[in-house]
Amino acid sequence: MPDITRNGVLIEDTFAEAFDMRATALVITAPSPRWARQAAVTATGFATSIIGCGVEAGIDATLDPEATPDGRPGVRVLLCAGSTGELQKQLLARVAQCVLTSPGSACYAGLDGAESLKLGDGLRYFGDGWQISKRIGGRHIWRIPVMDGEFVCEGTTGLTKGAVGGGNLILMGGTAEATLAAAEAAADAIAGVADAIAPFPGGIARSGSKVGSKYKALPASTNDAYCPTLRGVARSSALGEDTKAVLEIVIDGLTPEAVAGAMRAGLLAAIALGPERGASRIGAGNYGGKLGKHHFHLVELLS
Amino acid sequence: MSALRLVLRAPPEQRLDLSPLTPDRLVGLGTATIERLAVGTTRAAVHVGDVFAVHDGDPATLVIEGGSERFDRVGEGMRAGALRLEGEAGMRTGRALAGGHLAITGNVGPFAASGMTDGHMEIGGDAGAFLGGPLAGERAGMRGGIVVVRGRVGERAADRMRRGLIVVVGDAQRYAGSNMIAGTLIVCGQADETLGTLMRRGTIVLGRPCLLAPTFVRAGDADPVFRRLLARAVAPLCAEAAMLAMAAAHRFNGDMAAIGKGEVLMPS
Repeated sequence: MPDITRNGVLIEDTFAEAFDMRATALVITAPSPRWARQAAVTATGFATSIIGCGVEAGIDATLDPEATPDGRPGVRVLLCAGSTGELQKQLLARVAQCVLTSPGSACYAGLDGAESLKLGDGLRYFGDGWQISKRIGGRHIWRIPVMDGEFVCEGTTGLTKGAVGGGNLILMGGTAEATLAAAEAAADAIAGVADAIAPFPGGIARSGSKVGSKYKALPASTNDAYCPTLRGVARSSALGEDTKAVLEIVIDGLTPEAVAGAMRAGLLAAIALGPERGASRIGAGNYGGKLGKHHFHLVELLS
Repeated sequence: MSALRLVLRAPPEQRLDLSPLTPDRLVGLGTATIERLAVGTTRAAVHVGDVFAVHDGDPATLVIEGGSERFDRVGEGMRAGALRLEGEAGMRTGRALAGGHLAITGNVGPFAASGMTDGHMEIGGDAGAFLGGPLAGERAGMRGGIVVVRGRVGERAADRMRRGLIVVVGDAQRYAGSNMIAGTLIVCGQADETLGTLMRRGTIVLGRPCLLAPTFVRAGDADPVFRRLLARAVAPLCAEAAMLAMAAAHRFNGDMAAIGKGEVLMPS
């Protein structure tokens, strides 16, 4: 299938190669939207890539009080990891350090799953014997005394082994400003897609990586093929003369459909800006299709 | 298909054991077989057909039209389906209920919901002593499920309750929540100073202030998040109880004569 052009933006005939991941979701509530978001932002901080962070996490949705278990403002976050063990470890550490500590917070399962991960069941010991176990409305919660009252935390949350990580878009533009504008538009659109997150800062990565390095200790290093300043010296630059900046959006989702939907939303938002105000070319990263079983073809996403 | 109906012919001449008459036990039985089920408790044999006129229907929904305080063990051990008794029932109503929906429109005797593990029980009138409590020799009473009593409850409601929810719309007589191990008891009406005697854990929510034993100590106010969760869970069962749960409440911990990890929430 040849490359195609939409609204003056060239869409490469390529695909994003993505991988199976383990994932879970949480609903974090607080007395106000500000503090619900603060707890969620803190819990999903330093969670851009499993390469260095152990987990990829982000805010999936802002929830109205009617949509949360306790009727307070809330935020749903997703956490994705390469193994169940790492996900469990990161989940407990992040909720313990970032949600439990946040004023007025409470934390509930954000996902039903045949398998579960410990949430309050692992954090209850912080109560030092004063914690209270309750089953209310079909939920098993722990009430852990803290200095502003009680931290209410559901005992477990669901685990899915069908999550997908590594959906991506590579946005190439004639100026850094236009490229960033396209990436912002795409990230904003992806933020509105349920069950999908873009875990990098603001949803955008400027330092796309390739596998391996000339330095043995590094599992990944700069993606020289997409660095504009290496166009003349890198062995196989993927960039044309007109590309001055490249930004990447990485997408994780609870299902392949969620990742595809997020990539489509991002593509359409970037295309809508056109090549002058946004990206002139959009591609995707893959490893030749040999490593990940999920292939999201850009042209097919637009058809 | 309409419900299977048992219509009372006349008041029974002896206490009856109606535990065979649950939806899950009647599945697959014909009308004639049901009429031959023994329900007597004395040497004078009594069968279902002697007491009730049986009208064929779907046993998953069983309706007993007409009650008596001599109807013991109604819905005992029921695991699924719906059973509605229009009238009074005797002791051990809903004993060891493990699923389904059991509704009694009138009063019930002692030990209702004793040893209940799951399901939903609705009592339209008053309940006798030891609602949700254990039988003699048992270590725990109710271990799960939901019980709603629209009237009053007798002494020692929720005694040794381990898990589940009991909502009492009316008053509770002495020693409500005694020896509670865990679970939640909501009394919308009045209780007295014997409330929660020797309770270990668990939550008692009161609709009206009452004097507590000195072994209950003031412990701040009830946490709003827990109250919200409780109110949401209770709202479909009883609007009054849901309002109580949402209202600001003083919290007392006790019984300090036991391990003191129970709580009583009282209107402020």
